[in-house]
Amino acid sequence: MALWKNGAFVDDAWREIAEGEDPPPAGHVILPLDWWEQERDAFEGSNAPLGLRVAPGVPIERFARDINRFALIELVFPKFGDGRAFSMARLLRERHGFRGELRATGDVLIDQIQMMARCGFDTFQISDATTERLLRERGAPAYKRFYQPGATPEAPVDSRPWARRPG
Amino acid sequence: MYRYDEFDAAFVADRVSAFRDQVSRRLSGDMTEEQFRPHRLMNGLYLQLHAYMLRVAVPYGTLNARQMHKLAHIARVYDKGFGHFTTRQNIQYNWPALSDVPAILDELASVEMHAIQTSGNCIRNVTADHFAGAAADEIEDPRPYAEILRQWSSIHPEFTFLPRKFKIAVNGADWDRAAIQVHDIGYQIVRNEAGEVGFAVYVGGGLGRTPMIARKLRDFLPKADLLAYTQAIVRVYNLEGRRDNKYKARIKILVHEKGVDPMREAVEAEFAAASREFISLPASEIARIKSYFAPPALQARAACDAYEARRQTDPRFAAFAANNVHPHRVAGHGVVTISLKPIGGVPGDATAAQMDAVADLAARYGHDEIRVSHEQNLVLPHVALDDLPAIYDELAANGLATANAGLISDIIACPGLDYCALATARSIPIAQRISERFGEGERARDIGELKIKISGCINACGHHHVGHIGILGLERKGVETYQITLGGSGDETCSLGTLTGPGFSSEEVVDAIERIVNVYMSVRTDRSEDFLAAYRRVGMQPFKEALYETSKGADI
Ligand code: SF4
Repeated sequence: MALWKNGAFVDDAWREIAEGEDPPPAGHVILPLDWWEQERDAFEGSNAPLGLRVAPGVPIERFARDINRFALIELVFPKFGDGRAFSMARLLRERHGFRGELRATGDVLIDQIQMMARCGFDTFQISDATTERLLRERGAPAYKRFYQPGATPEAPVDSRPWARRPG
Repeated sequence: MYRYDEFDAAFVADRVSAFRDQVSRRLSGDMTEEQFRPHRLMNGLYLQLHAYMLRVAVPYGTLNARQMHKLAHIARVYDKGFGHFTTRQNIQYNWPALSDVPAILDELASVEMHAIQTSGNCIRNVTADHFAGAAADEIEDPRPYAEILRQWSSIHPEFTFLPRKFKIAVNGADWDRAAIQVHDIGYQIVRNEAGEVGFAVYVGGGLGRTPMIARKLRDFLPKADLLAYTQAIVRVYNLEGRRDNKYKARIKILVHEKGVDPMREAVEAEFAAASREFISLPASEIARIKSYFAPPALQARAACDAYEARRQTDPRFAAFAANNVHPHRVAGHGVVTISLKPIGGVPGDATAAQMDAVADLAARYGHDEIRVSHEQNLVLPHVALDDLPAIYDELAANGLATANAGLISDIIACPGLDYCALATARSIPIAQRISERFGEGERARDIGELKIKISGCINACGHHHVGHIGILGLERKGVETYQITLGGSGDETCSLGTLTGPGFSSEEVVDAIERIVNVYMSVRTDRSEDFLAAYRRVGMQPFKEALYETSKGADI
């Protein structure tokens, strides 16, 4: 497991909470959504930084009111072909105004990283060995022309409202 | 037609160079087949029964002569000298070597073509009426909207890993030649009461194992909202579509299980909530894209002497003119269908020489336009009738003058057991034998319009559910057996065919088709009542009787 952020591997300040474990009061832990829903009262008044882990298929409405309580939201790609978290990321950023760290985890492969970033993810937990090796060797693919507006810094190209390039 | 600018060309070039790198990693063993798979699928490369198959996108079925020459060149140099035009208006090559694929993609890019998104669970090639821009019954040319959708859906960061493939079709005429009601989204160009042009929106159609006709979500969508509304539909699908079972993953199942009203509410809510900022279409931009599709300046011609003279003296030419030429919106012109269904041939196949011949004809007589139809034929959309004799002679010299467009021998057939790894039965040989039985002559013309569609397994790539006569090849105890459905239709009167009863063996099936045709000939009021109309009037019973009672009698 290695955490990819802004074109480099970085140390991970966060820790996933294991089943049944008590969260340390200092925070920097990622809580599963079910856990959070049961224990949210215990965090009343606490400022400890918290993360939330959300499985694909969970409607964002279920935790929308708590979004600003979280410094990090982690969305799961159980298989690279399960693309639900792409839409969830866009909704979190564009509709619900989430500004914290949006983390991709699960089957995160090299060729999806730029797409994930363009949907609003900013950190990527890499468990695939080939992806990790390729990222170390050559970094993530960085295509420079898009036919849709994305969440990374981008500039319009011409009169087409949908075309973009990095900028 | 649309022309790439620098941005579009560079977009494709970037993708080709990335794929070249991936292929070399695969060939060097640095990548396993499993790791390579998503990359090759992004680039239209399938692993078939005997070899790789490369599917090249022909956006909304429109090609110019230069592109068709290039397709011929690729067939000649990198394949076995032919290509196969598909029911998705694309072309497939069945024998490319993996190591050649990057070079093929470079060749394609040099004529503004690619293979992006011709496979995988993404938004596939957007299809449109193959008579677009030429037919007399058109409200507006659908292709500018198909092009806008094509661009916006290319490597879409949110929608490249959908539950399943996603197909969009756009039709601009009263007659639905694009079969929009059997697509995931069908856009029908309509005029509302205020006289504005927009789209009726259909969603959740599809064939395959669970055939369904699309449901209407909207009577009228303003043009400006085309992308925003498409985004809303695809987003609801991406979030809610089933991912637990590949055969229940298309949007049609979501619409069916959720119900059309809740589906509409979900889409409308998503549409209302989403920002329009970047995907609302300004009228100026629609006009700019439309200008690429401006029709050629054709002069109306009152008299067509050369055409008439040949028609009077040459019955074969007259038959071709009657069957394969559709009225053009400009007098004295026609829309010419070039049948890729020679009698006894493989539906949709064209040799390199034939592709070159069609390209030359388009350049010389056809304002540089060629279309691929979802019925696996080619079309010259803008032809002066007085040029038709010369065109006909050239087609005939290349084995392309089969006068059977829309007739019983103009059969759609999927590749079936001859190529496809999923097939349960052969489909091409059945098509060949039916075509030989009925031909293109007097008898076929007397039978009139009749669409036969054949699939080699329940995945229904041959669209048999919407054939006037549909044939589905199955395997029962190691033997091929063919089920027959009647009364399907993919046009604006869309309907799914009804099963006649037990299936027929490969030996029996052509006789069974003949019996069905004989019933039709005996019940029709006159020649103007085509097969579908007659079937809809008299129902299944007389066909059933002829099929099963006679065969019982024969068995005793
Ligand atoms: S219908 Fe079946 S046999 Fe025919 S091409 Fe599709 S998957 Fe293959």
